[in-house]
Amino acid sequence: MFTELPVFDGGDSNVRKFNTVNRRVFILKIAKGIIFTGIVARLFSLQITENKKYLTLSDKNRLREWRLPPVRGEFEDYFGNVVAGNTKVYQLHVVPEQVEDFKYLMVRLKNILSLSDKQFSKIVKKKKQQKPWETLIISESLTWDQFSKVNFYLHELSGAKPVLSVARSYPYKANYTHVLGYVAQASESDLLENEEIKNKHVPGLRVGKTGLEKTFENSLIGTNSVKRYEVNAFGKRINQVDFKEGEKGQKVKLTIDTEIQKLCNELLAEKSGSISVMDIYTGEIVAMHSSPSFDPNLFMYGISYKDWDLIRKNPLKPLINKTISGLYSPGSTIKPIVALSALENDVISTKFKVNCTGKMEMYGQTYHCWKKKGHGIVDLRDALKQSCDTYFYEMSRRLGVDRLNITAKRFGLGNTVFKNLYSEEKKGLVPSTKWKKNALGKGWVLGETLITGIGQGYIQTTPLQLCLMTAQLANGGFKIFPRITVDKNQESLEKIKYKMKESLKITNENSSSLIRSAEEIFSTGEKEYNKLFRNQENIKFVLEAMSASTNEVRGTSYRSRIDDPKYRFAGKTGTAQVKKITKLQRELDLDTAQIPYEERDHAWYVAFGPYKDPRYALCVLVEHGGSGSATAAPLAKKLMKKIIDRHEEREKIRKNNLVDI
Amino acid sequence: MFEQSSYSEQYTFFQKLRSFDFVLIFCVLCLGIISNFSMYSTDGGEFLYHSKSHFIRFVTFFSMMIFLSFFNLRFWHSTAYLFYTITLGFLIWASMYGVTASGSQRWINLYFINLQPSELMKIAIIVCFARYFHREQMSNINSFKNIILSMAILLLPILLVVSQPDLGTSILIAISGVIVLWLAGFNIKYFIYSGLTLIISLPFVISMLKPYQKQRVLTFFNPDRDPLGAGYQIIQSKIAVGSGGLTGKGFLKGTQSYLEFLPEKHTDFIFTLFSEEHGFIGSVILLILYGILIFRILNIGSHSRSFFGKLFCYGFGSAIFVYVAVNMSMVLGLLPIVGSPLPIMSYGGSSMLATMIGLSIVMSTKIHSKQIIH
Repeated sequence: MFTELPVFDGGDSNVRKFNTVNRRVFILKIAKGIIFTGIVARLFSLQITENKKYLTLSDKNRLREWRLPPVRGEFEDYFGNVVAGNTKVYQLHVVPEQVEDFKYLMVRLKNILSLSDKQFSKIVKKKKQQKPWETLIISESLTWDQFSKVNFYLHELSGAKPVLSVARSYPYKANYTHVLGYVAQASESDLLENEEIKNKHVPGLRVGKTGLEKTFENSLIGTNSVKRYEVNAFGKRINQVDFKEGEKGQKVKLTIDTEIQKLCNELLAEKSGSISVMDIYTGEIVAMHSSPSFDPNLFMYGISYKDWDLIRKNPLKPLINKTISGLYSPGSTIKPIVALSALENDVISTKFKVNCTGKMEMYGQTYHCWKKKGHGIVDLRDALKQSCDTYFYEMSRRLGVDRLNITAKRFGLGNTVFKNLYSEEKKGLVPSTKWKKNALGKGWVLGETLITGIGQGYIQTTPLQLCLMTAQLANGGFKIFPRITVDKNQESLEKIKYKMKESLKITNENSSSLIRSAEEIFSTGEKEYNKLFRNQENIKFVLEAMSASTNEVRGTSYRSRIDDPKYRFAGKTGTAQVKKITKLQRELDLDTAQIPYEERDHAWYVAFGPYKDPRYALCVLVEHGGSGSATAAPLAKKLMKKIIDRHEEREKIRKNNLVDI
Repeated sequence: MFEQSSYSEQYTFFQKLRSFDFVLIFCVLCLGIISNFSMYSTDGGEFLYHSKSHFIRFVTFFSMMIFLSFFNLRFWHSTAYLFYTITLGFLIWASMYGVTASGSQRWINLYFINLQPSELMKIAIIVCFARYFHREQMSNINSFKNIILSMAILLLPILLVVSQPDLGTSILIAISGVIVLWLAGFNIKYFIYSGLTLIISLPFVISMLKPYQKQRVLTFFNPDRDPLGAGYQIIQSKIAVGSGGLTGKGFLKGTQSYLEFLPEKHTDFIFTLFSEEHGFIGSVILLILYGILIFRILNIGSHSRSFFGKLFCYGFGSAIFVYVAVNMSMVLGLLPIVGSPLPIMSYGGSSMLATMIGLSIVMSTKIHSKQIIH
């Protein structure tokens, strides 16, 4: 193998060989130089030119944000009492990916917290639905006992985290349920509908489901607190780098007086119905209650089936906000508007008289007055005072439904009271010949005009609409703008009164232009408190007649009057039939208690006070409560006393607010 | 076996020591120290398993290199074929009884050490070719016999390594082998022809690749194709290097590596870690150290009077360059991810051993540069 060869020291072949290799190495050296330069260039472009981009990417890798639920803004009443606030709750959280033995932990927790099998399987199911690094909420609200027990065993429960959190609380429980609505865990559809919720969502976030909680969601929700952690490639938190405190949601101030609101709840206890109270100038809702109510705190942590069934299956329908979404025949409470419409259209004069015999034959049908024996010869004042149906049959026959429709709509019937505040608010219905043709495809029957004139038949109103109607009559016949939250841009009482006076100067225009200008208000933003009448004497006449109804002998609510001029009020009763009264029933003339509940009349009462210088209007409805004068008016009496007692307090706040602004 | 040359070849110990290449030793020591600090950083700033064993290996193999440098170049010349044959034997052993780790059978258990013969083959192939062409006449080099024989010498280990499977190392063996063949004087046209053949056969080769290898090639062309899968390494490595900036994040402060976003940070991606912590300046200094090392090796080759020493130095210097260039291009996203360690820096005993053996032959060439081997 190793044969010896002569030495080629400087031999020709060797020289060539050496030359070749040296030449080729030289070429290689150049190539190497180029390649190394290329690598340096690449390093330069990555580390110098694109440094920022990669630094961001590296931070994105290593920093992860944990968002905490935002603290929800509070609701306050007119006097600054918190009516929907936040309360501390103890919760137990587990992040599944940080737990070594999830099953073991769960079994331990089940024993310690004494969870039921049902709760247990619910948690296990929830765990499967979410990502392993998402927080699993084992318990929304631990009792102090449970919380301290968990803390005691904490060293054995690696992965379990007791957390101090905040939750919505409604200190006045059932009192504000329908005004505020309630909050509950955000659902999928909440996320889809509201971008704001979607952006701020964290597991367990509570959002408004109904009422003002829903309407003001975007200002109430606040912003998330953010914890920033450094994490490793496996998503494990290494240490906290940063904490950014979120902002609490904005406070919403209501115009409601909790004292009066509470009284409403008491007055309607055990009853089904609604009470609303309104400032006749500013449109501020002083109280608004629907009965029966329920405790919204129940919804906080998922209501139990038992409680939910109790609410859902209650025949008195506590879930419905009757004040704005309950539709009823207004009964005799509509009569002031019918009278006003007839006067405004010069159909009759105040001197016009009708002989009431208890019934009236017309178009082959008999129309009964509520008073079997009849009222005898009555003029308009007496007819309103004693609520004589026969007089109103005759008057509305002459007036016609279409002219009544215009006046009723102008005073706020047949339209929502709040524009976009409550999604569940109903418009109601004020019939007209055109409406019937379009909606039912049938011609108007004159008999229907007669029953519309006493607030029966097609006409449907919400209690709040009747309250607004009364308020707009009581303030002298001017348009107002009801609201339930305190708005800084709101015009002062003095300015409103001034504007009303100013609108008197506008020479009479025809009725349709008045409505149009009312609609224009929303486009300009500047509120115009337009007059809703042609001749203010007519309004004054109606108001005086309503006072007579309450404060004079034989008035329908005479028994509920207050003689003290400070509290004296005026009102109109209403007894709305739920069912057509048969001949037999009419003859029997049963007491309310003897009629089955569902067939009893709805009891209405609308009022305003104090009579001398009115400030407040109210509307009381007791569903199936019997007659307005027996059931509704006594409640209104107690309520009006309270309202007027509270007036001074309210004025103080109002004046303070003025200084604030 | 060797004929005595006309020069006096019996250098004394001190003469040998004096003709040591201290620049080379300085570079190796610098790289060794840097690599140890980097390894310390991969262990999260503690002297743990990787940093400990890397330190021990470096010290052991560096001393071994110094010791082997005193060996006469003739020793390497005479044992070249033996070295190659034994390494080939190890490769065959590995393919039959090798230790399997992460899906590849590339280690053999020598009881005191797990050896990766494919790393040794990187050196053995160069030594073998240097010996083979040492005696060959220029006119004879492009003969049919030479071509066939050298192809066989080159392809045998490559096939064994590919079958392990270890695509990265086999490519590196192939590249360094081809460079030596070209340096030895093979006609350029052969390279062009075989290059063309390779390009034509590339689709067939790719179709024969293992799915994970195919994935890597495809991922190289578009890392975002699968950002959490095969593209993850490239993306994370680029982020680490890019976020280093001019001066780096600081020693032990490379978040990408210490939060474990960086894969294989001990071995193939050690440069990424270094670059993240020491930035552009550190990286360029490291590159310059490698540059000096390679330049020195080539320089020693050019001063050697024996063709064996010359060809080995040229070949070895070029091979080191290829390893460095391939590794860096890979972690900077310029080449697909193939397993290729960074010489001296990367964790791995066999790679360190092979590099040190190669360096000791270079040193021996320097000491015995005046010597002529017949």
